[in-house]
Amino acid sequence: MTLISAYLEGIGLLGPGVPDWPQGLAILAGQTPYQQQKTVLSPPASLPPAERRRASPGVMAALEVGHKACAMAGVRPAEPASVFASSGGDGRICHAICSALASGDTMISPTQFHNSVHNAISGYWGIAAGAMTPSSVVSAHDGSFAAGLLEAVMLLGSEQRPVLLIACDSDYPQPLHDARPVPDTFAVALLLTTMPHPGKTIAQLSFCGDTLFTDAEVQPMDDHALETLRQSIPAARCLPLLQLIARGEAGRVVLDYVNPPRLAVDVAPCS
Amino acid sequence: MPPVLVSRFTATSCIGRGLDQTLAALLDRQSGLKQCAFQDIDINTWVGEVDAVDDEEMEPELRDFNCRNNRLAQLALRQDGFAEAVDTAASRWGRRRIGVFLGTSTAGILQTEWAFRRRDPVSGCLPADFVYAATHSPYSLSDFIRRKLRLEGPAMSVSSACSSSAKVLASAKRMLDAGLIDAAVVGGVDSLCATTLYGFHSLGLLADGPCRPFSDDRKGISLGEAAAYLLLERMPDSPDGDAVLLLGVGESSDAYHMSSPHPKGLGARMAMEQALSSAGLSPASIDYINLHGTATLNNDSSEAKAVAGVFGATTPCSSTKGATGHTLGAAGALEAVICAIAIQHDLMPAGPEAGLRDTTTGIQYLMSNQRQRVSHILSNSFGFGGSNCSLVFGRSA
Repeated sequence: MTLISAYLEGIGLLGPGVPDWPQGLAILAGQTPYQQQKTVLSPPASLPPAERRRASPGVMAALEVGHKACAMAGVRPAEPASVFASSGGDGRICHAICSALASGDTMISPTQFHNSVHNAISGYWGIAAGAMTPSSVVSAHDGSFAAGLLEAVMLLGSEQRPVLLIACDSDYPQPLHDARPVPDTFAVALLLTTMPHPGKTIAQLSFCGDTLFTDAEVQPMDDHALETLRQSIPAARCLPLLQLIARGEAGRVVLDYVNPPRLAVDVAPCS
Repeated sequence: MPPVLVSRFTATSCIGRGLDQTLAALLDRQSGLKQCAFQDIDINTWVGEVDAVDDEEMEPELRDFNCRNNRLAQLALRQDGFAEAVDTAASRWGRRRIGVFLGTSTAGILQTEWAFRRRDPVSGCLPADFVYAATHSPYSLSDFIRRKLRLEGPAMSVSSACSSSAKVLASAKRMLDAGLIDAAVVGGVDSLCATTLYGFHSLGLLADGPCRPFSDDRKGISLGEAAAYLLLERMPDSPDGDAVLLLGVGESSDAYHMSSPHPKGLGARMAMEQALSSAGLSPASIDYINLHGTATLNNDSSEAKAVAGVFGATTPCSSTKGATGHTLGAAGALEAVICAIAIQHDLMPAGPEAGLRDTTTGIQYLMSNQRQRVSHILSNSFGFGGSNCSLVFGRSA
């Protein structure tokens, strides 16, 4: 039987009403009530000025959580391999290009065009972090977080170096918003290592070959507003996993993946 | 890690539907590129359009997926008994033990472009028949193929621009190596659309004639569209003598610029070196390199520096994009299939005639097809955002 383990050493989190992981931890552990607010984004200091000015919500959120997860783990951002999971590309750029083309304006901005690729965040992370390591860019609609987590654990096994998973989704303007009603930006970063480090490892995540692909249902979040958040932004499908980690509890969590199957992860706290 | 068996493969591009037509075009050094007459696109450029894509009809239960990208995906899936081979693999391994990992950069964005042209003049709404998840989403492709093939294992799309469908082979190999699956359907599908045509045009990267990779007068790329699939399976105890194997994968990031390659090809070099190391091979054991070779001035010269740095000046290499055009998210898988054809038919394809080669590159660019035994091939795919992937293929005996 295959048993694969990853050790979680850093977390970055940013979403509506969740400004960072420490406050997310307090909310998910039930110590602070969750209050939904617009996601607060800040321009990424790690990018050169021109790129910083043009950074999209997704790039801003992803770079912030990525740097925080690395800092928490004490890992240089250039060191880990990376996985970027996102349901879709940059919604605003897609809107701008499709609107321009529909109006007969075919002079697409070169910058908008190269930022329209699904791997733009991966490219900006590479530039900001100076990371020349392998970087996967994956998408599985509402199961994108689980697809990214699985890819990250696979990359951890093959690369034998830390892996940074960043899952991030942001909203589409109208009219695409009606077709894909993602309300706001949400980003989560997990820094995973192959070996535990006493005093640093937060939790062990295990994937059992016989049970990781499961038909079991996802347990909804206890808090109604958090459950709404989980369902409304693909990257927020990580919340059941983060809740178990925030509460320092051991157990199995089921995540939305390509339903079916869903993805089952066994969590064991390490501190 | 052990090699992975490439048990079946197929490709459909502007040079042909399926393997026989593709091989014939490579042997004849034909190009499928033509002056762009795609829809109402108004650019003086050449494209590799696949004929009759829009004649494809969707099954009623999959009609939400009806867009050019998925029609091309379906057309290609019918060739060379690929779907039947997947069925055989499913009865052997189980439908839950087969992954679906497909690369695309466009997915069905063409459908979204047209939906914006059909917005309600009063409300601004998109037409009611626009289905985001089944056409626009990058995952729409993998979802569609997984349903067509009735597979139930892990799945995802990879969308890392022009390296997308090379990187799916790396992802699939990792999951096979980890023992989570026994087989995987990998590949890539990208289709022509206004976004990529006008986007590359605005970057000044489109040639006004058929693209001429590594020629001394190259002027840029010709866009194409393609669908290519490979069925990867756990290595059997005694594979057929001429079986094609995936031996190694290498990936890296340039960490340099969003749309320009690292000028010295540093990221490309790292990907090639890792692919060789993962295959346990030295540079000297590679018989032929299928270059990324997009035919832009900078891409070809930066790739040449990387290739010369790793292999020196004697390993035969070529780009097949003069035949197929640059099929973006499908290029990695299309060229993986060309590598498999090369191994099975003892062929190093030179690509269409393109005048004088750029002699400043310092690599051994093929000037004509070579017919000789090809045991090991390296294939390069590089993309926007500095995403690099190299694959090494070989034969079982």
